[in-house]
Amino acid sequence: MNAPTLPAPLTFSAYKSAYKPIWCPGCGDYSVLSSVTKALAKVQVPPHEVVVVSGIGCSSRIPAYTTCYGFHGVHGRALAAGTGLKVARPDLTVVVAGGDGDGYSIGGNHFLHACRRNVDLTYLVMDNHVYGMTKGQASPTTEPDWDNKLSPGGTGVRSFHPLVIALASGANFVARAFAGDPNGTADIIAQAIRHPGFSFVEILSPCVTFRPEQKEWKKLAHPSPVAPTDDAARAARRIMTDDGFNIGVLYAGDRPVYRSSTGKAKLTPADLEAEFLL
Amino acid sequence: MTAAARKTTKPARRPAARKPALNAPRTIREFMTLALVMETEASQRYAEFADAMEVCNNLEVAALFRKMADIEGRHATQIMTEMGWSEVPPLPPGRATWEGFEAPETAPGDEVHYLMQPWHALQLALASEQRAEAFFGRLARVATVATVRRAALELEAEEREHVELVKAWLAKVPKPDSDWAVDPDPPSYTD
Repeated sequence: MNAPTLPAPLTFSAYKSAYKPIWCPGCGDYSVLSSVTKALAKVQVPPHEVVVVSGIGCSSRIPAYTTCYGFHGVHGRALAAGTGLKVARPDLTVVVAGGDGDGYSIGGNHFLHACRRNVDLTYLVMDNHVYGMTKGQASPTTEPDWDNKLSPGGTGVRSFHPLVIALASGANFVARAFAGDPNGTADIIAQAIRHPGFSFVEILSPCVTFRPEQKEWKKLAHPSPVAPTDDAARAARRIMTDDGFNIGVLYAGDRPVYRSSTGKAKLTPADLEAEFLL
Repeated sequence: MTAAARKTTKPARRPAARKPALNAPRTIREFMTLALVMETEASQRYAEFADAMEVCNNLEVAALFRKMADIEGRHATQIMTEMGWSEVPPLPPGRATWEGFEAPETAPGDEVHYLMQPWHALQLALASEQRAEAFFGRLARVATVATVRRAALELEAEEREHVELVKAWLAKVPKPDSDWAVDPDPPSYTD
């Protein structure tokens, strides 16, 4: 008797759409796209069971460049859409993606509460410390002394620290990755997807157009010398005292994951319609 | 486009070694897996560059990158055929040790510019082939298994041939003027 034939494993190319990315040549987001497709191939969840949700910005174009379902949402509201989707359809793998302006400024409040709720989804932020799509304004993670035409002498405003804020707000998985390390980033994203609860991956993704000095990041980024911890206090100390270029999983906790109060694995369209009846 | 961003196509220095020292593969299978990863990732990066250049309507350089992607892809296919592999085998844990984050033959992702010319693309290819040659040379020196050492020397020689081919190709393309990146109507003008 012939042994049953197993389907061939999905490769990264199964997750990459035919659309050519509209990003500046040299942008770190190209590598992040490659890492996302490689991570999904590692997890082996088929494209039709994955939804990539984004907000607005250069990096938020990413859903179109995958073969997964996509939702290109409203500025700063990607996490709200992703949370609703995951609660309604817990069977789907939800990956929310965007940039530092979308996630930490316009969507800053959603970020805090998404961490706190701990819904089982993965949030990828491609952080280039600038609003690139709108031509180079300072973002929440911009250094206070970044001198440019739009904020001469720098904004003088302290930078937002997304990793420690995520940790303090209750994210269950906190990691930092670097676009210049696409294979390492793919590993981290795969771990984030597999980890239950809200997984946050801050990806340093250089903007070669408005922050060309960020090309130096490839000389600064380095693998984290320590293993991930499940002790939030220890993780916080490490994150607050590291050099900002420490790459790896920095915290992997075991907080209970938020579940929909309906307790149903899947809502039918009729169920959803009933919930909206006045 | 800022002045600094214009000067982006010099072959990049690889990042400082952050990973363990080079470990020699213990078997031909491990060695060929490394070689396959190098060719595959080089091909993917060139394809990415070709896409970016097509979007920027720099079709001459896009075609060149597409050609490079095809060449590296053919090398990868050749390895798969020679090894009788139908699937890409996983890298042995702890054995993929090259300096920096990416394989030596992979062109740095940030070394492209929308106004770059064939000369710049070939400079990137030359630097990539030279890194690959140096990598296999180092592997040959640290290899402790005779068959692996022979294979490393063979691929070092092959990469040396590629270096010469790219140099010959470079000799046929004009060197850009110093103001090649000046764009009177830049897409990211901020004044």
